[in-house]
Amino acid sequence: MTAESGIGASVRRKEDRRFITGNGRYTDDLNRPGQTYAFFVRSPHAHARIKRVDTTKASKMPGVVAIFTGKDVADSKVGGLICGWLIKSKDGSPHKAPPHPIIALDTVRHVGDQVAVVIGETLAQARDAAEQVQVEYEVLPAVVDPKDAAAKGAPQVHADAPGNLCYDWELGDKAATEAAFAKAHHVAKLDLVNNRLIPNAMEPRAAVAEYDFGTDSYTVWSTSQNPHVLKLLLCAFVLQVPEHKMRVIAPDVGGGFGSKIFNYPEETVCTWASRQIRRPVKWTAERSESFLTDAHGRDHVTHVELALDKAGKFLAMRVDTHANLGAYLSTFATSVPTYLYAPLLAGPYTTPQLYIEVKGVFTHTTPVDAYRGAGRPEATYLLERIVETAAREMKIDPAELRRRNFIPPDAFPYQTPVIQQYDIGNYHASLDKALEMIDYKGFPARRAQSEKKGKRRGIGFSSYIEACGIAPSAAVGALGGGVGLWESGQVRFNPTGSVTIHTGSHSHGQGHETTFAQIVADKLGVPIENIEVVHGDTDKTAFGMGTYGSRSLAVGGSAIVKACDKIVAKAKKIAAHMLEAAVEDIEHERGVFKVSGTDKSVNIAQIAFSAYVPHNYPADVEPGLDETAFYDPLNFSFPAGTHICEVEVDPDTGIVDIAKWVAVDDFGTVINPMVVEGQVHGGIAQGVGQALLETCVYDKQSGQLLTGSYMDYCMPRADDLPSFEVGMTTTPSPLNPLGVKGCGEAGAIAAPPALINAVTDALGIKHLDMPASPEKVWRAAQANRPRMAAE
Amino acid sequence: MPTVSMTVNGKTVSRDVEARTLLVQFLREHLNLTGTHVGCDTSQCGACVVHVDGRSVKSCTMLAAQANGASVTTIEGLAQGDKLHPMQEAFREHHALQCGFCTPGMIMSAIDLVKRNPNPSEETIRHELEGNICRCTGYHNIVKAVKAAAANM
Ligand code: FES
Ligand code: FES
Repeated sequence: MTAESGIGASVRRKEDRRFITGNGRYTDDLNRPGQTYAFFVRSPHAHARIKRVDTTKASKMPGVVAIFTGKDVADSKVGGLICGWLIKSKDGSPHKAPPHPIIALDTVRHVGDQVAVVIGETLAQARDAAEQVQVEYEVLPAVVDPKDAAAKGAPQVHADAPGNLCYDWELGDKAATEAAFAKAHHVAKLDLVNNRLIPNAMEPRAAVAEYDFGTDSYTVWSTSQNPHVLKLLLCAFVLQVPEHKMRVIAPDVGGGFGSKIFNYPEETVCTWASRQIRRPVKWTAERSESFLTDAHGRDHVTHVELALDKAGKFLAMRVDTHANLGAYLSTFATSVPTYLYAPLLAGPYTTPQLYIEVKGVFTHTTPVDAYRGAGRPEATYLLERIVETAAREMKIDPAELRRRNFIPPDAFPYQTPVIQQYDIGNYHASLDKALEMIDYKGFPARRAQSEKKGKRRGIGFSSYIEACGIAPSAAVGALGGGVGLWESGQVRFNPTGSVTIHTGSHSHGQGHETTFAQIVADKLGVPIENIEVVHGDTDKTAFGMGTYGSRSLAVGGSAIVKACDKIVAKAKKIAAHMLEAAVEDIEHERGVFKVSGTDKSVNIAQIAFSAYVPHNYPADVEPGLDETAFYDPLNFSFPAGTHICEVEVDPDTGIVDIAKWVAVDDFGTVINPMVVEGQVHGGIAQGVGQALLETCVYDKQSGQLLTGSYMDYCMPRADDLPSFEVGMTTTPSPLNPLGVKGCGEAGAIAAPPALINAVTDALGIKHLDMPASPEKVWRAAQANRPRMAAE
Repeated sequence: MPTVSMTVNGKTVSRDVEARTLLVQFLREHLNLTGTHVGCDTSQCGACVVHVDGRSVKSCTMLAAQANGASVTTIEGLAQGDKLHPMQEAFREHHALQCGFCTPGMIMSAIDLVKRNPNPSEETIRHELEGNICRCTGYHNIVKAVKAAAANM
């Protein structure tokens, strides 16, 4: 039974039934009796002083229940939103944390900043009335680019952050790095931009908040990746509500990719307002609002240099990055361009010295925070672009240059010069397998063939490493993180032997309802159809940290294994009693408890029944079979691998066709290969999106968002993408009980440099900033015609 | 308020609605058929696709009043009792969904495309689904599922 549904089986997903029949329950599907609707009045300006908000006319509109402004919120002593990761600048000073009001008080700082909220009997009435709210603005100059914002004389976003600087941070040994550069045979240099992205989970953010006067408590349904964390933030930091008086439910959530980790103004306003009006308040973002207000991702401007010796060994790397943080600090904004970025610049290589400087800069744009990969795609893009550049400049085969610098498989655990200690890996194995899958040897012939058709073919590599399952809590705390990063898992047997698993992580597409059930099926021999996974409700599950950073399986899955261990320990005692044997003589395998050396056995279902109907039961054992474990990992986990892509560029149109994509990843133990491959596909698609199609553009003068809809922001569609070939290599992590590493972000991390390396290879140019749009590619192809003629 | 009547998933329904009510609002808010989703406000994501008189339509782009008298099928109306439509089965079998938000619209579009192209190539499928955005799957498995379903429809 468990062989087909245990660890390693491509079990079809348990959750699919409701989604394919239209029975999913997303936040906007939910309605409460007496519900009202919130509509936000938003700033049309990037930077302006609010001179006056006049709601007289609006409040007389039909169906208006209430209108609240920043002043109302401030008067009721609601705190601002907080950023949960403290970063210290080079001089030891803490990062600048200007106030982040849930409704702007006297200044708006990005287009879409909320100025008032209108609550109506119907959404249409709220919207109609919102149009009648009159706001008088004094428009001020705005700045949107991180380097412009850091320049002298730039418009200031916050009075208490001079020079728009949130922090000026560094990592690594500057002197040793300089010394290594002084001895270099070759130095490769690049200036590049990691383009700003808008996450665009297909389900827009939404919230329904309800205040119960009778119990003085709140229930908030929210599109959250981490309902417990949201509850903690809402209660303890913003609204000052005791935690036992709030329940947060994240029901089915339609994708997150990081953007639904954070505590946003909207659900906070709805929660606060539900108490003011004593009625439920519902808000659902229109897509235009998502573009304007969901935390954006990436947006780095970087100069990078790599020093190499004559043999192509990396000696040192130095990096200078300006990271755009937007107008306010989102929940984990400060950590993304620092601790989630810089340590990853060591990559899979033995580079002995690194020095990284990062300036976190405020601009008049939407806040920027974690988006699929969070810091690690930025690092990988930089590293794999500069490695490629060095290979071309030194005329070393790019695969060979990587191989020369990989950490050898026998060098683990491996301490990098920048914080991380990698537990295990085999980077050569992934590269070799990828080369084989793409038929690297056949590339010159394929290139010649493309050229015969008037096309240009290029090949691009990306050997990445990522750090997932951020941990352990103590280390995170030492680096400035304001939270613990453990997870909870509960395995509850019901009297008839079925199981309910409660997890503090949250599934919004990842398939936990299946994979977590597989773990228990495997460990305890329970048929998978008899297992249900419960998540996303703070009243139902123990406190947990939610889902992001590819942590759910490595951390949450491990907690479930620990809970299974406790179940087994207790079940052995019950089995010993039932079988009239000594506990030490009981052996367990997949739910069967046997007296060793005999054929006497009981199974876990019989034991569960005995535990709940303890008529004939050991005196020193508590009834019930229900165990909870909290798991704090020993370290991050380090998935790694190599992606190679081949593109064919049409020099006449600038269109890049992805001819082949090979992904070889090492995620450690794989619980459900089907689900893992799906994660890889989706990640690559988002990475290809960044590299080929997507970019968030603000007008430099006005600060207007120019890519505010699907007409202007180019999402990858089915006909923009190829099918992918996915392979795996496996080095199980020795640091968690499952040997797993995490797979959710790998594709988005690996893909962009593979693609840009391929495009620049095809065009014979050094660099091209993402996205490689037809216009940019066409221009580059035209400017670089001679190479083609020469061939 | 005008009265709008239509057949939805085989049942006749009639409601008084504001003239500006979109078909998708009619389905979600008046009939409580929340399987049809709203993912954008510019008619581009396809999360809202339903069938109106047998043809796939973005229900965010049509007024409820325009569907007056029509026969509408939503994702909730596909299965025959407990028996799923081959496209639904194929989506599960080939892991063509992750978060499930795009799925109802994707399935409705896919059924229409197979009706018009009984044996679609990968290229046709990709081209035909260009009006349905999925952020999760990278489309790889959706293409597989549609191909497989086409063989069973
Ligand atoms: S809701 Fe996006 S196309 Fe209809
Ligand atoms: S499955 Fe999530 S958007 Fe398609």
